[in-house]
Amino acid sequence: MRPFALDHAASTAEALQFLDDGATAIAGGTNLVDLMKLQIATPERLVSLRRSGLGDIAQDGEGLRIGALVTNADCAADMQVRENWPLLAKAILAGASPQLRNRATTGGNLCQRTRCGYFYDTSQACNKRDPGSGCAAREGFNRIHAVLGTSDACIATYPGDMAVAMLALEAVVLTQGPSGEREIPIAQFHLPPGDDPARDNVLEAGELITAVRLPAPTGGVQIYRKVRDRASYAFALVSVAVDLTMNEGRIARCALAFGSLGTVPWRDPAVEQVLIGEAPSSALFAKAAEVLLKDAQGFGANDFKIPLAARALAATLNDATRTGKA
Amino acid sequence: MRLPLADMYNTPDERNLLDTMKQGVIGKPLDRPEGPLKVSGTATYSAEWKIDGFVEGVLVLAGIPQGTVKTIHRDPVLAMPGVLAVLADEAMVRRSVQGTAGKAPVQDVHTVDYFAQPVALVVAETFEQARDAALALKVDYDDAQVPVAFDPESPDAEVEQPSDEEPVVGGDLDQAMREAAFSIDVEYHTPGHASAAMEPHATIAYWEDDHLILRGSYQMLAYNVKEIADCLSMPAKKVRIIAPYVGGGFGSKLGITHEAVAAAIAAKALDRPVRVVMTRQQVFQTVMRRSETRQRVRLATDAAGKIIGLGHEAHVSNLPGEDFAEPVTQATEFLYGGENRLLKVEVARICRMTAGSVRAPGEAVGMQVLEAAMDELAEAVGIDPVELRKRNLPGKVPVEGTPYSSRMLVEALEQGAAQFGWDKRKPAPCQTREGDWWIGMGVASAARVNMLTLAEARVTLKADGTALVESDQTDIGTGTYAILGQIAGEMLGLPISQVKVVLGDTSLPPGAGSGGSFGAISTGSAVMRACEAIREKLAKHMESDADELEIRDGMASFDGRERSLVELLDGKDIAEVGSIKPGKTLKDFSQASYGAFFAEVAVHAFTGEVRVRRMTGAFGFGRVLNAKTARSQCLGGMVWGIGSALTEELAFDTRDGHLVNHDLAEYHVPVHADVPALEVILLEERDAAASPLQAKGVGELGICGAAGAIANAVRNACGVRVRSFPLTLDKVLPHLPDPFASAA
Ligand SMILES: Cc1cc2nc3c(=O)[nH]c(=O)nc-3n(C[C@H](O)[C@H](O)[C@H](O)COP(=O)(O)OP(=O)(O)OC[C@H]3O[C@@H](n4cnc5c(N)ncnc54)[C@H](O)[C@@H]3O)c2cc1C
Ligand code: SF4
Repeated sequence: MRPFALDHAASTAEALQFLDDGATAIAGGTNLVDLMKLQIATPERLVSLRRSGLGDIAQDGEGLRIGALVTNADCAADMQVRENWPLLAKAILAGASPQLRNRATTGGNLCQRTRCGYFYDTSQACNKRDPGSGCAAREGFNRIHAVLGTSDACIATYPGDMAVAMLALEAVVLTQGPSGEREIPIAQFHLPPGDDPARDNVLEAGELITAVRLPAPTGGVQIYRKVRDRASYAFALVSVAVDLTMNEGRIARCALAFGSLGTVPWRDPAVEQVLIGEAPSSALFAKAAEVLLKDAQGFGANDFKIPLAARALAATLNDATRTGKA
Repeated sequence: MRLPLADMYNTPDERNLLDTMKQGVIGKPLDRPEGPLKVSGTATYSAEWKIDGFVEGVLVLAGIPQGTVKTIHRDPVLAMPGVLAVLADEAMVRRSVQGTAGKAPVQDVHTVDYFAQPVALVVAETFEQARDAALALKVDYDDAQVPVAFDPESPDAEVEQPSDEEPVVGGDLDQAMREAAFSIDVEYHTPGHASAAMEPHATIAYWEDDHLILRGSYQMLAYNVKEIADCLSMPAKKVRIIAPYVGGGFGSKLGITHEAVAAAIAAKALDRPVRVVMTRQQVFQTVMRRSETRQRVRLATDAAGKIIGLGHEAHVSNLPGEDFAEPVTQATEFLYGGENRLLKVEVARICRMTAGSVRAPGEAVGMQVLEAAMDELAEAVGIDPVELRKRNLPGKVPVEGTPYSSRMLVEALEQGAAQFGWDKRKPAPCQTREGDWWIGMGVASAARVNMLTLAEARVTLKADGTALVESDQTDIGTGTYAILGQIAGEMLGLPISQVKVVLGDTSLPPGAGSGGSFGAISTGSAVMRACEAIREKLAKHMESDADELEIRDGMASFDGRERSLVELLDGKDIAEVGSIKPGKTLKDFSQASYGAFFAEVAVHAFTGEVRVRRMTGAFGFGRVLNAKTARSQCLGGMVWGIGSALTEELAFDTRDGHLVNHDLAEYHVPVHADVPALEVILLEERDAAASPLQAKGVGELGICGAAGAIANAVRNACGVRVRSFPLTLDKVLPHLPDPFASAA
């Protein structure tokens, strides 16, 4: 780790000031500190957001406003979240470990970097870490990598769970920065790698996530299904977030998002269109999977994610449509 | 004051002394005395000692797979704040020392044998300065010109017969296969494993004149002093190691490794104490791995399911020049019958970090495959897999003809089956579905060779009537403090509160060390013999026969007379050193610990995820020295079995041999949620051939075969037979029945 200066911002305005002066934001530190130890991130100045007044969960019209500094543990335990947006609580609790969730924050979680092993190993070529150096994962051990949204430059996933639920819930990321306030629909927040994989999301220099806003509850059946290599404390191989309403035996409304399948949290309206208005059946689920995966491309070790996604989708829809009927 | 008793263990000690003693502490499920220190964080582990003025060293790892170091650009790094030295010494080690080697491994870090091999040590005033400088150090290499193999299956890999692994050949296996009523011929794969001990390898080294002192995390101190001394070309008696607490080793600390030698060299060069703690990633990248294996198993039976032919051939790997080859077939030699047999191991020479002992070398991966193959055989023959095993236990070791010292495998299978409810298993697969999950059951035998090794211990019966047990034996978290105290307490008739055990310091008599499940019985036997010698002296004071002297709660009695130990000692301590050496009993008898595993698993009908729902293990390993610590060892073994079956796998990049998943986030050991209710049955057994304690090793037994039971349960649940461990969902998925069609 390189020597660095640490300041504590006492307000959002102060935090923005520090960021403007070139500081890097640190929230829970559960990702950033690891990156600093490996010198993948080498900030000279850090500004801690912990005292910047962004730690509240508040009603926002019919929706909910979750401060950027709300910890994952607090968010998942919040009564309003659990009652009205259970998908979010379930997704958060499926992630990491209790110790990590106690530190990790809403804003930090959205900005967490990939878990690609080559990204964390500075002896290896990686366009995300070292633009132009190449991508060692493409022809290497890429079991955890993406099959959708990849580019020649990078095939890494956004690995998190929380954002996948937020995508199905149509959350909005609220930011403040040098050019004022922005409301960014979460579907537009993360960036696929394209030819600039170093950039994970649309945040500009000096821009701060202040909160995430959830729209009014849908009242739908909400399931977060995380498929992983062990029962807990492992990143998803594929995850499925569903928020679905049944009406007279048919799927009336449906939002679906996928984690660790694409380079970004993945949502495809065409998949939902296949389902809406139809009666659930294994054939219907298979058709939805076909649409979802029509452009999917494996890289060897991750080929299995394609059939796995189809099956995880079928299992989740089967669950949700049965529960919805009851 | 060496014991007059012949210390070679040549004839079984049938006196069974421990059972004739009166204190009643042996075998009891007593808490470990150091437990409160450990759970309160006040037990001081190696890296935590506050040694005045110590500085920090960080290892620099090679960024190439093979070659030689041309230039180390020291100057820019030496100019960095706090940096004291950049060392790349010829005495620094390239590889880890194999268990019980007692000598230096391959040295000189100017040559690179495998990716991420340590090539230098940077020392600075603070850890962060040293780490920063280590990352900044630029090293130029000459790449190797010879083509090397990074993959054991690569055609470039040279394949050899290991020097110390003689094939076992008997009869004609091919013919037996041809003539068999039933047979299987299957190939399995197991991946490489990391030891993954909780405490990373760590050493603080300092010199007092020409004496070297190491506070470090190692398993076998008596060997480790020799290894470090050999590395530094100095006499072993000038090296002292202090390691009272070791946070797990699992084989990776049997021999010393990079950080210890580097710390010693740096401490000398700087004339200051130096601490080197490996990072988690460095531990994964540079210390012992377990070799991956490819195993071919052939089993042939007659019409009644009796094995007439058995073949077990393994392909493993190691660096060129390493003697160690994963002894995959070790338990196959004696477990089942079949005089026509071929057992052999071959080793491919590849460039990955040293392969060595990791958690039950041999049986851990050999038994899980053999036991999965036995399940396939049971299916082929069409009999219950428990019955198949019972039918095939030979009276003597096939080919060799050696008798068994003791073997409670039938009892383990029967009691385990009863407790588990094996009778509820449906033999055909895909019979039980609960919601989205297929449910199935599997069984496997457990077997692990028993070893007795050289050990000494000193016991002092103090004039105040308390006892002190001393040895350099380590306690790596297994309960050694507890059991050595119990042996002495039982033999000397003292409650456990009156016995103090001091371990992990090479200024004390050399114990066996912790490894191969032999620490308890070997050092325990030495403690017992020291106590015997003390009893001889007490008997003289008492004018009695040692065998008839009864001592309990510090009161000695004989022939109606009773006197307190304090009175008998009359102000004088009695100190005796006891010792044991392996002798003829090891050759005259086939010695092993046995058991059986029963597992129930659930397999997700859609995704192929496998979860263990419950597991029962029944084990016979001679005398149980402490029912609590023995049970814990069995539980731990079964947890590793779950890991081996379902999650653990070292993932190498076959282009350069570098390890991709080098931390505990990506190398998946089982977490709490993966470990269901585990049940352990301890069988009462006495084995005089194994040790004077009548005990055998238990440390590793719980892993030896466990993964096989789980794989067999997966087959029973969903019909999928996976011949490649671990059974990750990608291997199960393609073979699952249609989840909708088969829904109950
Ligand atoms: C072993 C391990 C396992 C894990 N498993 C999972 C898992 O299964 N699922 C999962 O989803 N996650 C998992 N995580 C990731 C974890 O959820 C993230 O590390 C955590 O959410 C990051 O939050 P933080 O507050 O600690 O972020 P920090 O580490 O503090 O920051 C991360 C990044 O976000 C930026 N940042 C932080 N706050 C803001 C803000 N308000 N505005 C703008 N930028 C900001 C920082 O500058 C930094 O670049 C795991 C992590 C570890 C270490
Ligand atoms: S997949 Fe992306 S993050 Fe991984 S090595 Fe390639 S460029 Fe780097």
